[in-house]
Amino acid sequence: MTITINHYLVVSFLLFSIGLLGVLVRRNILTVLMSVELMLNAVNLNLIAFSRRLSDLTGQVFSIFVITIAAGEAAVGLALTISLFRQRRTLNVEEASSMRG
Amino acid sequence: MKDLLWLVPLFPLAGFLVNGLVYLFSRRTAAESSLAAGHPQAHGHTETGPKWKTLHTVVGTGSVALSCLVAFGAIFDIGVRSLSEGAHHVLTLWRWIPLGLNQSTGQVPGPLAEWVVDVALRLDSLSALMLAFVTFVGFLIHVYSVGYMGHDSGYGRYFAYLNLFMFSMLTLVLAANFLLMFVGWEGVGLCSYLLIGYDYHKKFAADAGKKAFVVNRIGDFGFILGIFGVFALFGTLDFGKVFAVAASNPAAYAPYMTLVCLCLFLGAVGKSAQFPLYVWLPDAMAGPTPVSALIHAATMVTAGVYMVARCNVLFRLSPDALLVVAVVGGFTALFAATIGLVQNDIKKVLAYSTVSQLGYMFLACGVGAFVAGMFHVVTHAFFKACLFLGSGSVIHALGGEQDLRRMGGLSRKIPITYVTFLVATFAIAGVPLLAGFFSKDAILAAVFESHFPRAPWLPKLLWTAALFTAGLTAFYMFRLVSLAFYGKFRGTPEQEAHIQESPRSMTLPLVVLALLSVVGGWIGIPILRGGDRIGEFLAPVIPALAGAHPTEHAAPVTLELALMAASVAFATIGLLLAYLWYAKGEGRVPARLAERFPGLYRALANKYFVDEAYDAVLVEGLGKGGGRFLWEVDATVVDLIPNGAAAATRGASSLSHLFDKYVVDGAVNGVASSLQGGFRLLRRAQTGQVQNYALVMGGGLFCIVAVYLIFR
Repeated sequence: MTITINHYLVVSFLLFSIGLLGVLVRRNILTVLMSVELMLNAVNLNLIAFSRRLSDLTGQVFSIFVITIAAGEAAVGLALTISLFRQRRTLNVEEASSMRG
Repeated sequence: MKDLLWLVPLFPLAGFLVNGLVYLFSRRTAAESSLAAGHPQAHGHTETGPKWKTLHTVVGTGSVALSCLVAFGAIFDIGVRSLSEGAHHVLTLWRWIPLGLNQSTGQVPGPLAEWVVDVALRLDSLSALMLAFVTFVGFLIHVYSVGYMGHDSGYGRYFAYLNLFMFSMLTLVLAANFLLMFVGWEGVGLCSYLLIGYDYHKKFAADAGKKAFVVNRIGDFGFILGIFGVFALFGTLDFGKVFAVAASNPAAYAPYMTLVCLCLFLGAVGKSAQFPLYVWLPDAMAGPTPVSALIHAATMVTAGVYMVARCNVLFRLSPDALLVVAVVGGFTALFAATIGLVQNDIKKVLAYSTVSQLGYMFLACGVGAFVAGMFHVVTHAFFKACLFLGSGSVIHALGGEQDLRRMGGLSRKIPITYVTFLVATFAIAGVPLLAGFFSKDAILAAVFESHFPRAPWLPKLLWTAALFTAGLTAFYMFRLVSLAFYGKFRGTPEQEAHIQESPRSMTLPLVVLALLSVVGGWIGIPILRGGDRIGEFLAPVIPALAGAHPTEHAAPVTLELALMAASVAFATIGLLLAYLWYAKGEGRVPARLAERFPGLYRALANKYFVDEAYDAVLVEGLGKGGGRFLWEVDATVVDLIPNGAAAATRGASSLSHLFDKYVVDGAVNGVASSLQGGFRLLRRAQTGQVQNYALVMGGGLFCIVAVYLIFR
């Protein structure tokens, strides 16, 4: 069986859905952050699959950007997590709603 | 030397970085050592004296001294004479925003060129004037701060902010285009906020800082709209190009200028505390006194006048905009002076006096006398800085007392402060031959001789108001002097025992500023041939408009003398009345007057209830802060109506009992409660849980995609 782009897309879709679900239902902020990473990597997979299919390097370059930004996002997110934990002694995102954002 | 102009703002910036970093570092080590010693609650406020004090002193004052030296060096390098003949120096540091070629063909003939904004500094006679007094007065106030803030644990933080302010202010003054000026403009606003809220652990100081910042944002919004307008019309933001193009082709630009100038003027109204955005300045007195002197009297608040004078070509193209400037300035001058009559906080009196004097400057600009306005900016910087520093010295001597009712009889105890304060008071009151006399007189004469085609009766009205304000100024300033320095001491015996003259670092700037308050006006002596040095010096920045006839009608000497006599007479009446009522009569006459006219007195003492009205309509009405505004927008919109109406009703009815507040309140409360019920449901949706919002977003996206897939 040859692996076509459809296989990549299905894997990417599953990864994205798992990530989205995690973001929506988990209450632990660390899990939420990990789920976001999952979603970002699903997007990367998608980009690279199409890049290969269309023989266009833009997608691969773009995925490098996404990885870079994801690293920054993780750093900021974890920093926020640490300072949240210091302030509130909790990792539950439901407790951090006083800004009503 | 003139190519070293970039060093002028750079020195304070370096001072800011050094002071700030050293302060942060020393604070961190202090906090860590106190943590190690088992005091986990130490929140940076260590009770020990300032650390690294010598370093902060040397870096803080030294950087400003250096930039002052370079500034004067650059000015004299070009030469005062050649500056007054129109020489200017533009130093382009780097290309800031390259936007490519201008390809649009606007409706008006603009320079179709490259769209760029550079980081460039401009030294011409106007910026040289500002530069000279900003760096010099700034340096004096830095020296003063060494004595005034010497025992404060935030010494390093204070000097870091003060240096950052100097950097921003010098950027504002030296900017060669609107956008760089805006950068400095925002920078001074930020520093103003930081320094007003310097004692951030006191709620009123933190609140005052926020108030200043928010009110200034309203003005800045107008300013940046004005900048957009200039860019859209001229395709460039460079001062030299914009004004040259506008002056060479007035007819093409005049129709657009009213809007642009009113937007720019809104910026000036915010920064220079004019009606209706003046409310932040009196509250800004929560900051340390040298800050009030530097930022809220001498330099930053005059930035608005500087900006209007800088854009004088644009303003002169629009008589309507000038009319607005004149009316706002004249009204503010009178309005603030009347409030200043009854304030009991020494710094509040000076704050309202500043608002009033700024009104004078705008009045001058509004009648087209930009030179007179800038003249008053300079002299005002000298005497008002002296007054504020003098009040700081009084407060310092009394251990933090600011209430005039608990002062008195200080003239013998702190003689240097008293004499300098008295000199500055005479200067602001317009006693002949002192600084304020010449600048105020130049404004009054210009107002008297101005004419507005749209309202021919206006100049006389404005002149009467300005003259009356001059009398009021003399009155409230001498009331201040009488209450603080004459009579018997009314404070506690403990305070009286501790009164002593301030250290040398504080009295020296006072003496220098008092001297300048005497001689500062001699650069603009009227009538005498060649006496009006400042007018000649600033002439090149006020170019003639193409096609306009230069109006060369020198006022007859007799008229000018008569105008002078009138203003001196009003000032003398004000001075004498204040002396008789407060120093000799110990306040019995004013007390009787207050009893006779209780409504008027209450309106004045409560500043015409303007703060209360703003509070009711904007603060209470729009929610107590941005955060609540976001999630309770429904409830607040409802609140706005009854609170605004109720406050307006309260103000009016307490003054004249014209409105029956119970009827109105009852009606609006009924409306409010019925609407509140309706909006309670909407409030449910705002849970503050980001995940809920994400779920709704995801669901919405799903629905949209589903609809698209089904119906495509």
